[in-house]
Amino acid sequence: MQNYGEPLRRFAFFSDISPPAANTIHMNKFIEKHKKLYFYILGAVTGICNGLFGSGGGIAAVPMLQKGGVDVKKSHATSLALTLPLSVVSAFFYAYKSSFRWGDALPLIPFGLAGAVIGGLLMKKIPNTLLKRIFGVILIISGGRLLLQ
Amino acid sequence: MIWSFTAAFLTGIFASLGVGGGMILIIYLTVFAGFDQLAAQGINLIYFIPIALLSVVIHTKNKLIEWKKIIPAIVIGVAFAALGTYAAERIGSPALKKIFAVFILLIGIKELLFTKGTNSFSKKEN
Repeated sequence: MQNYGEPLRRFAFFSDISPPAANTIHMNKFIEKHKKLYFYILGAVTGICNGLFGSGGGIAAVPMLQKGGVDVKKSHATSLALTLPLSVVSAFFYAYKSSFRWGDALPLIPFGLAGAVIGGLLMKKIPNTLLKRIFGVILIISGGRLLLQ
Repeated sequence: MIWSFTAAFLTGIFASLGVGGGMILIIYLTVFAGFDQLAAQGINLIYFIPIALLSVVIHTKNKLIEWKKIIPAIVIGVAFAALGTYAAERIGSPALKKIFAVFILLIGIKELLFTKGTNSFSKKEN
């Protein structure tokens, strides 16, 4: 297999068909060789995002899980299972250290749950790609605004 | 207060579709509701827990979670989450707000420009 793979990959590289594909092969080889290490790194990156920004752990975890061999369908669910315990730990520290009151957070929860249920129903109706682009635009505008504030 | 509920509702929708709803709630809380960055992040974390819990229970029943693979990630992740929280507190709200702004700008650019059409599993299911 490898004897065939190597010249093929070189050909792909020189003929400029798909250098990113060759790159992905190297990447995947690294991940497969150091699978344990890779999942530790994944946990560390997700943890830092979760603790530092109080959000965004999932955004780091989902693509990393997919690269680690979790299939696309399972990656979102699996990322939630990862960010849940991390959020419990972070929330405990935030509740202790920062200035919000429980009364600010608790009333939001039923509305969030309702949104999640409706989102689950919509999942099959709205193309994910469109939603991601809308999300991207919101983040860019908000990020710019926060920077200039 | 009505706006907070609307923001929470929309966040739930975004979150359940797997596009990082928590950031939307934090943005709402800091830009429109006047919370400082650390408080907004704390509120989002508290808000996230029951929603995630419900989803994890449902997904576990449907066998969509690969627990074996992520247990080492959870162990390390918990330590780094504590570390990140400590760092956030040391940095303080005003500076953290700017770092957060850069963080969401980068993610926004990534989501807008590097989203592959074929990668969406909602299409596969149809």
